Amino acid sequence: MIELSRVVKTFGKNHVLRGVNLTIPRGQSMVVIGGSGTGKSVLLKSILGLVTPDSGRITLDGADVREANRDAFLARFGMLFQGGALFDSLRVWENVAFRLMRGASKRPKDEARAIAIEKLRRVGLKPEVADQFPGELSGGMQKRVGLARAIAAEPEIIFFDEPTTGLDPIMSGVINALIREIVTEMGATAMTITHDMSSVRAIADRVAMLHDGLIRWTGPVGDMDQADDPYLQQFIHGRADGPIESVR
Amino acid sequence: MSLLALPEAGLASLGRATFNALAAVGRVAIYAAITLYHIVRPPFYRREFFSALLQVGWLSLPVVGLTAIFTGGALALQIYAGGQRFSAEAVVPQIVAIGMVRELGPVLVGLMIAARVTSSIAAEIATMKVTEQIDALTTLSTNPMKYLTVPRVLAGFLTVPLLVGVGDIIGIMGGFLVSTEQLGFNRASYIKNTVDFLQTPDVVSSLIKGAVFGFIATLIGCYYGMNSGRGAQGVGSATKNAVATASILILAANFVLTSVMFGS
Repeated sequence: MIELSRVVKTFGKNHVLRGVNLTIPRGQSMVVIGGSGTGKSVLLKSILGLVTPDSGRITLDGADVREANRDAFLARFGMLFQGGALFDSLRVWENVAFRLMRGASKRPKDEARAIAIEKLRRVGLKPEVADQFPGELSGGMQKRVGLARAIAAEPEIIFFDEPTTGLDPIMSGVINALIREIVTEMGATAMTITHDMSSVRAIADRVAMLHDGLIRWTGPVGDMDQADDPYLQQFIHGRADGPIESVR
Repeated sequence: MSLLALPEAGLASLGRATFNALAAVGRVAIYAAITLYHIVRPPFYRREFFSALLQVGWLSLPVVGLTAIFTGGALALQIYAGGQRFSAEAVVPQIVAIGMVRELGPVLVGLMIAARVTSSIAAEIATMKVTEQIDALTTLSTNPMKYLTVPRVLAGFLTVPLLVGVGDIIGIMGGFLVSTEQLGFNRASYIKNTVDFLQTPDVVSSLIKGAVFGFIATLIGCYYGMNSGRGAQGVGSATKNAVATASILILAANFVLTSVMFGS
């Protein structure tokens, strides 16, 4: 279980997180929604230690993440980055098997390659793709490779940062379905940040809405449409009018 | 505005600039210390190191060779023309040799490396930062300092002295070609004068300068790449600042090293 308690993060005069409280139960898929620039990515990166919060506490299974052994802590995570974040200079299979070829979980090269090809197959990519470079792939294929890399070491927790950004609706649907299947199949705890409502409905067990540096609403995805929070309703229905200010 | 306000604002601006410059020096020094710390601690990424050796060393040979041969040739012409004023044309081999080995070889190779390698490292790492590849490395339990900085800095430290050595030889050869083909020097005596005149400390100083310049050029490229701003503008600024800073530091280091090694 991941718990965030009164997490605050400020960049200069920009108060991004103003005291976020959030619990992500083990084995659940939590989707954090919110407008652009509301601090969703900062929230996610704070958990991973890529951003250091100014104050507050983040725990994983009750232990403060700042006190954890960094390598052991990160070994429990997989992450799909918004743009894929694939390493241009490495072949696709080397990207997928990156963690498997280094550090504590290091495997022989042939075994790492075989696992990478199996994970690529799991996300719907053919073995021929393994020897290509990321720059030779389409955006959707890069997302799939990123997803294969995120699950390659069988992590307990997987983070998805805007998994469908930049993809057409059909490819978005494919990625959403893949994420849901994989998370269920692995029994992993998942946290996704997105402003794509089709992703929310496809991926989430629970939803949290981040607005103005605070969690405005959180609950099961099934309760989302009936919730009486005006901010949430404006966001999920994409209305221009409502309490969330929009720039026109 | 009072009469005192203008000089006061000027002083404040100067103070801020000085403070910022010192802070930047401090940040680079800390970055260098962290790099050195990681150089001596495992893991060591061999594949990245060999790739950096190729990029920094081997692929820089053409630009270093061309720079050196033209500089050596031009130097021979200048010394001959200047030497004629007091009937000292015969010193061309000696001055070309010492000029190339002690100063022009290391400095020009250093500057060429700053232009070619520092810019490429800064742009590559900055792009990796902008596209979240550095964050991805961290989440994959790989320290970006060890994976990106250490191999490049080590490759710079080890290969630039070799490039300087090659540059020195090619530069002297440029002087030799111009002197023998255009200025009428005897080939055998030109070579003999060059070899007899050069001393071991001249060559050693050249190689030491190369190692220091290689370290500076690669370290600064990595530093600016890792600390780049967002977007294409961030990558552009990181590249530009890296090349400018590396060039200035190389010239400053050259002065300090020359003072230390030959000042007395």
